[in-house]
Amino acid sequence: MEALLKLLSDNVAGYGSLASPLQYLLPMVLASLCCIALVALFPIVAVYAERKVAAHMQDRLGPMRVGGWHGWAQTIADGIKLLLKEDIIPSEADRVLFKLAPLVVFAGGFASLVVLPFGASVIVSDLNIGVLYVVAISSLGVVGIIMAGWASNNKYALFGGMRAAAQIVSYEIPAVMAILTVVIPVGSLSTQEIVRAQEGGWLGIGNWFIFKPVTAVAFLVYYLASLAEVNRTPFDIPEAESELVAGYHTEYSGMRFAFFMLAEYVNMFVVSAIGATLFLGGWNSPVFGGPVAFMLKSVALVFVQFWLRWTLPRLRVDQLMYVSWKVLLPASFVLVILAGALAVR
Amino acid sequence: MPMMLQFANVLVFLAVGIFFLVFSLTLSSLVRPYKYSAEKLSPYECGENPVGSPWIQFNIRFYVFALIFIVFDVEVVFLVPWAVVFKKLGMFAFVEGLIFIAILAVGLAYVWAKGDLQWVRPEERGSLAER
Repeated sequence: MEALLKLLSDNVAGYGSLASPLQYLLPMVLASLCCIALVALFPIVAVYAERKVAAHMQDRLGPMRVGGWHGWAQTIADGIKLLLKEDIIPSEADRVLFKLAPLVVFAGGFASLVVLPFGASVIVSDLNIGVLYVVAISSLGVVGIIMAGWASNNKYALFGGMRAAAQIVSYEIPAVMAILTVVIPVGSLSTQEIVRAQEGGWLGIGNWFIFKPVTAVAFLVYYLASLAEVNRTPFDIPEAESELVAGYHTEYSGMRFAFFMLAEYVNMFVVSAIGATLFLGGWNSPVFGGPVAFMLKSVALVFVQFWLRWTLPRLRVDQLMYVSWKVLLPASFVLVILAGALAVR
Repeated sequence: MPMMLQFANVLVFLAVGIFFLVFSLTLSSLVRPYKYSAEKLSPYECGENPVGSPWIQFNIRFYVFALIFIVFDVEVVFLVPWAVVFKKLGMFAFVEGLIFIAILAVGLAYVWAKGDLQWVRPEERGSLAER
């Protein structure tokens, strides 16, 4: 952000003579447009990748026709199809909430990108409450999901919305506790501070929190909880196709449905990116640092999400609550105490 | 850049995100078909006509879990500033945190013993078997 501001004032003639609020506003809008591009392109690549990964794990080929080479244009065609689809709002739906829900879900996921540290100076804004901000703003999605479930005037949607809410709030506590095991030794919530604390060490990876005793277990707790928070298999009962049709977005079609899918993939990327920031050293790398390393780590974690989806069956709702409240929550209590014991002098 | 201005980024992001959504929906509204019928607009229920209102009573367990969540979430929020200043306060913070987490753990143990962490409570299970 500061780098962008400096770039503009150095290279654009007369930039310094603009009104001061405009000087700050312009890089902000530019940065957010870059993130919109990321948010619009990432799902196109990720949906294609997921279909290919799924297919090859099941010894199929996946999409092969659209666009010629290995069906590369399949998701682009899907996007155009969604744009041309009729927009149906059920006759007795709560129209205001129905229209507002995709907006809340999408805006919550999108605003999380503000604090992701892509590189040493490639970050939109290094907020001093970074990690807490991500946890807070991404919980906005739950509100949107309940709104969608309630407003649809559909039993499947209501069940899906209720289940999603119960699941997301249950797994939020272990996730935050796992994040705290990293915050304790670093002493800051800023994402950049956390990444800088993982610089150096043995082979340039020795200081990553995944290679330290307590935080290694915390990474597992965080990863499981984050899977549940983005409703991915094995925690996808809110949209369990075999019993709830499509859960909270059963009644959505066209672009509104597209925004739910967009938000899902953005959230998958955000939780993976936060996992990479907290535990995998962020943009640090022994070979090449910066945005490339950060993106590779995040995408690797997204790949593991795909992998789990095609490996594990879906949990039942009672098993889901069991894992969260009776396994992950006590484990995260113990982890926070152990992290404290290691950090205390 | 001052810290308050950093937070302006969040507002800009929310505004641009909303703009992106409104823009896409408007674009779609220009090109998509409008052929509505009463059948098409009825709520989906596997092709049948919907039975009764969908805004039904739901399982009371959702409410209980929401209550437990509120209690623990508020307490976890107290742990966040504790974790940030942990290294400055040292042993004092560790003992304080230990006591706090112990109280939390007692709360968890109480809810656990009462059977409220089970989706189907034991006595409900018993009464089902009797029926």
